[in-house]
Amino acid sequence: MTTTEEQHDAHRSLLGAWSLGACPGEEAAELEQHLRGCPECAAEAARLREAAGWLALDEPLDQPGPLRQQVLDWCLARRPAELPVPAWGLPYGAETAKLDALLRDLGPEEWQEVAELPWHGGVQHLRPAEVLGHLTAVDGYLARALGLPDPVPAAPGGAPAPAERRVPPQESAGPAPVPRVPPQGGRYAGITGRTARLVAEQAGLPPQSVRARWRRQTHDLVRSAALAPQGNTPVDYGFVTLPLRDAFVDRAFVCYAHGEDVARAVAYPYDPPAPQHLRQMVDLAVRMLPQALAGLRAARGDRSVRGDRGDRGDLNIRGARGRRLRLVVDGPAAGEWLIPLDGPDPGPPGGEPVASMVLEGLELCQLAAAHRDPDRLPVGEHGDRAAIREVLHALPLLSRP
Amino acid sequence: MATPDGTPRWDEQLQRRLARGEETALGELYDQLAPMVHGLAGRVLADQAAAGQLTREIFAHVWEHPEEFDPARGSLRSWLGALTHRRAVDRLRARRAAEYGPAGAPDAPPGAGGANAGAAEAEIRTVATAARMQYVVDSLPQPLRETIAVTYYDGRTYRETARLLGISEQAAKQRMRLGLELLATELAAEPAEQHAEENARQDTAEPDGSEPDRSGPDTDDHGEGGT
Repeated sequence: MTTTEEQHDAHRSLLGAWSLGACPGEEAAELEQHLRGCPECAAEAARLREAAGWLALDEPLDQPGPLRQQVLDWCLARRPAELPVPAWGLPYGAETAKLDALLRDLGPEEWQEVAELPWHGGVQHLRPAEVLGHLTAVDGYLARALGLPDPVPAAPGGAPAPAERRVPPQESAGPAPVPRVPPQGGRYAGITGRTARLVAEQAGLPPQSVRARWRRQTHDLVRSAALAPQGNTPVDYGFVTLPLRDAFVDRAFVCYAHGEDVARAVAYPYDPPAPQHLRQMVDLAVRMLPQALAGLRAARGDRSVRGDRGDRGDLNIRGARGRRLRLVVDGPAAGEWLIPLDGPDPGPPGGEPVASMVLEGLELCQLAAAHRDPDRLPVGEHGDRAAIREVLHALPLLSRP
Repeated sequence: MATPDGTPRWDEQLQRRLARGEETALGELYDQLAPMVHGLAGRVLADQAAAGQLTREIFAHVWEHPEEFDPARGSLRSWLGALTHRRAVDRLRARRAAEYGPAGAPDAPPGAGGANAGAAEAEIRTVATAARMQYVVDSLPQPLRETIAVTYYDGRTYRETARLLGISEQAAKQRMRLGLELLATELAAEPAEQHAEENARQDTAEPDGSEPDRSGPDTDDHGEGGT
């Protein structure tokens, strides 16, 4: 009798799996035998089978990427926000939402795929949850600047804060410092250290929890940004300090680049940023270019040209000052920029640009993320070819681990 | 129901923020519920443009009238689900009526096009039920949804699923059974006029009363006006 009840319970517990067609053949056969003699189980089996029948549906329509912006714009046109998100916070809001939508669809096996994250110094190999740890850790610089909690645990043993390593003491010693390539570990130690600590801390968490943590911080960041619409708060990344409004565009761009890295690893499509957001990203890259050019020349050992303001009076190798290059961006983020080639000081106004180049906006951004080969990019060129090559090779230096 | 942030507190906080006109609240609402709204609209209407349009309309409605949501009567998700479902079915009916003529309208007496109209109405019911069930599936508590998805859509046995998810075989079987029970209950909870014909068999007893707090999408209407 007890045995029969136990058998009945055992069979009953299998009904869900059976209805889903998930019982190994022998067990299924046994259960079906039982159903013939047990009306109670048979009734439940019919119910569950019927329910399972509704699972076999066509795939839902894919949610088109641009829909989010269209819906939000539509809503805001009908009722303007009393507390709007500043324009510089919008790309970040959109890109984090896009990445989150991709992650929502990842299955357990896809969370185990390894994404390749190229930067100009190499390639990082991270699983999606580790990519999120990386994004969370670096977004944490913005969180700190906004007075939100830092997601990254403190370094053990009170290691020096990354900002203190930024300018090694020996560099201020000599009157004519020798340009050098800072050791990558040093320059980006803050970023890589924070990433490593957070990834280690989150290693035991289910990917969806890591995703939830990341997502919560992105929401908190955008909310805080809406309360500081000027965006002047300095954000210290360790190797560079940006005003909040630039830092948000920078993080939007990095989120896009790494989102695409993850999408590639799991073979999902990934939309480019909206044109107006792409344009903000291009603008930031262009404004940071003089710094990258200085870095490029420093790496080549070109001692006569440096981008920092202390060298403003120096002549460059050509003996001319304030050369500029006209950058024409085409595609959806079309626009035109004049890039100072000899340091951040634009030089005397009115001089003709030494060269013009035409690039597609998304490709420019991908080049700045070191996701493209500067020698294989389709570029419209006119004028000083060497200057154009230099710009193309400087752009990837804006990338980082 | 089971949204990642799906506590009533999240609903109420978001409602307050929407009322205050916080753009970030609108963004968070969209990110949380657009997959459900757009998915449901898409399943019923089977038309990308129409689904996008309805999605726009639904979010505009909440953004303009956040006060209409009553947390005491269910989750924000179930409210939006009900609203989306009803408006989508209304549109489908309007479309069918235009295709079949007035006889295709749900309330019209069977006339010249009676057979067509009946077929159209049956099709609407099937599509609407399928869409609603999918949204119910999407709303299942995460462990149940995940277990069913991994098993059913990837064609695994419960043993493989258990291994894959790192849970016991017993737990896997329980989740499948409970998940399907919740779906079956939703099916049975359909308005009588919708399931009278096809679901007579399901008027059996309710399952154990242990399912989580649910708000049937069709019974939780909040008296929202039509389009």
